[in-house]
Amino acid sequence: MSLLCVESLDARYGLLRAVRDVSFSCDEGDILALVGANGAGKTTLLRSIAGVHAPHAGRIVFDGAEISTLRPAKRVRLGIAMVPEGRRLFGSMTVEDNLRVAAMRARPGPWNIDSVVDAFPQLKPKLKSPAGQLSGGQQQATAIARALMTNPRLLLLDEISLGLSPIAVDQVYGSLQSLVAMRTTIVLVEQDLSRALRFSNRVICMLEGGIPLRGKSHEISREAIMDAYFGLDRGEPSARH
Amino acid sequence: MLNQIVQGILLGGYYAILASGLSFLFGVMRIVNLAHGSLAVLAAYLILTLINHVTSSVVLALVLAMPVLAIGGWLLNRLLLQRSMRGGALVPILATFGLSIVIDNLLFERFGADTQSLASNIGALSYSSWNVGGNVYISQLDVLTFTTAIVVLGVLQGILSYTGLGRAIRATADDPATVDLIGIDSRAVYSAASAIAMVLIAFAGVFLAMRATFTPYAGSSQLLFAFETVVIGGVGSLWGTLLGGIVLGLAQSIGAQINPIGFQIAGHAVFLVILIARVYAGEFKSLGIRWSMPRSERPKGVSA
Repeated sequence: MSLLCVESLDARYGLLRAVRDVSFSCDEGDILALVGANGAGKTTLLRSIAGVHAPHAGRIVFDGAEISTLRPAKRVRLGIAMVPEGRRLFGSMTVEDNLRVAAMRARPGPWNIDSVVDAFPQLKPKLKSPAGQLSGGQQQATAIARALMTNPRLLLLDEISLGLSPIAVDQVYGSLQSLVAMRTTIVLVEQDLSRALRFSNRVICMLEGGIPLRGKSHEISREAIMDAYFGLDRGEPSARH
Repeated sequence: MLNQIVQGILLGGYYAILASGLSFLFGVMRIVNLAHGSLAVLAAYLILTLINHVTSSVVLALVLAMPVLAIGGWLLNRLLLQRSMRGGALVPILATFGLSIVIDNLLFERFGADTQSLASNIGALSYSSWNVGGNVYISQLDVLTFTTAIVVLGVLQGILSYTGLGRAIRATADDPATVDLIGIDSRAVYSAASAIAMVLIAFAGVFLAMRATFTPYAGSSQLLFAFETVVIGGVGSLWGTLLGGIVLGLAQSIGAQINPIGFQIAGHAVFLVILIARVYAGEFKSLGIRWSMPRSERPKGVSA
């Protein structure tokens, strides 16, 4: 049974259909990359799974139970955590308090302050610092660590490399390897196509709210993704849906 | 003049207690609760009723009133404030204004226009004072009020700084949407904050009733003093509330020394000067711990 199943999802902003009849599933341990141009509907899809954006139609099933109408907080308690775009830390609170507050309603699991600091060692000397005073990379690490404190089964990562230096991006993705080793299921939105293909084992390319291309990351060529990215139609029928 | 300064500082303790609930709720929910003064008067009447029918002890009546008011605050938040917040920033202001009118008139309906006070229930505390040298006398009730203000604010700071609930409240004040993303129901946190604000209002009500007389329509003047205290001390600031109360108390006390009607005018004048200064400075800054960070102070990457 799939851990996450999205069925005919339709999400709108007023009259604008941001996500159109999208269906896909995700198994335990999958790392699924959502790629596509700005406005393709990636973030809206992620927000719908997290419960931040109410879908207009369709179903979201997590671990066999429909969660389409649950509030975000309840989805977190079921095991879905999201690292939102822009990090959105509680800036006046210390890093440690950011982590502790996330542990308040946490599921039982392996993640606690010690283990997230092991996974993100750059946070160790910053635990008592206000989160708003950290560098971009440290803030992103804090945001991911905060999500991990809820002990998720499914981690949603929205543009975690946005606004970071290449070194900081390498460091953040390097830290994520510990999650891969633990077979944490991850759905990530990433603008850096090469990095998305390297990090994931499956990829979904979105265009204008739909999915013109999907497949295994190591099987789909970069050219096919670029074609789907821009709405060109030049082949690779086996991967198309 | 020294006597006036001492009295003004001690008076600030009452204003700090009175304003703490207003400031706290604004800091967490960004709601200006125009029913704050009426709720303080309601608390005073509740404590008076408990003293008349349940216990003769003011302290015990306060202890009994606190959970009742906390539950009332929880319900008020769930049934009125959260619903009105969905309608934009103006709707909660109108809703709480309407609530104040309802409370005032229900109190008038139930208790009539007679002035009430708890002074007779606290014995010599209502008039006893200590001579601390020269012609400077300090009222025992004023000292109790000021001490209570410090203790109440200290306990509140402890809750906000060192407890899970406090962290949840600070996080929700920063960004309620992101709080939902870490598994905490921001609506429950808002309701808890409202319950805490009502406990603070219980303290305001009991000291209002012990220090002065009150009627069902006394809420508007209490709201005005609370509002002035919050603005002087810094919107949403914990210890700023105490500072604001002291500044307002000093202004009123010294104003009264200069002219009998200066009690009111001097307080309003200081409030206006500080308000205008802050508006022209571009933002409301304060001192000490705060339960929220103004959006203008938030660095990049920090919750909007």
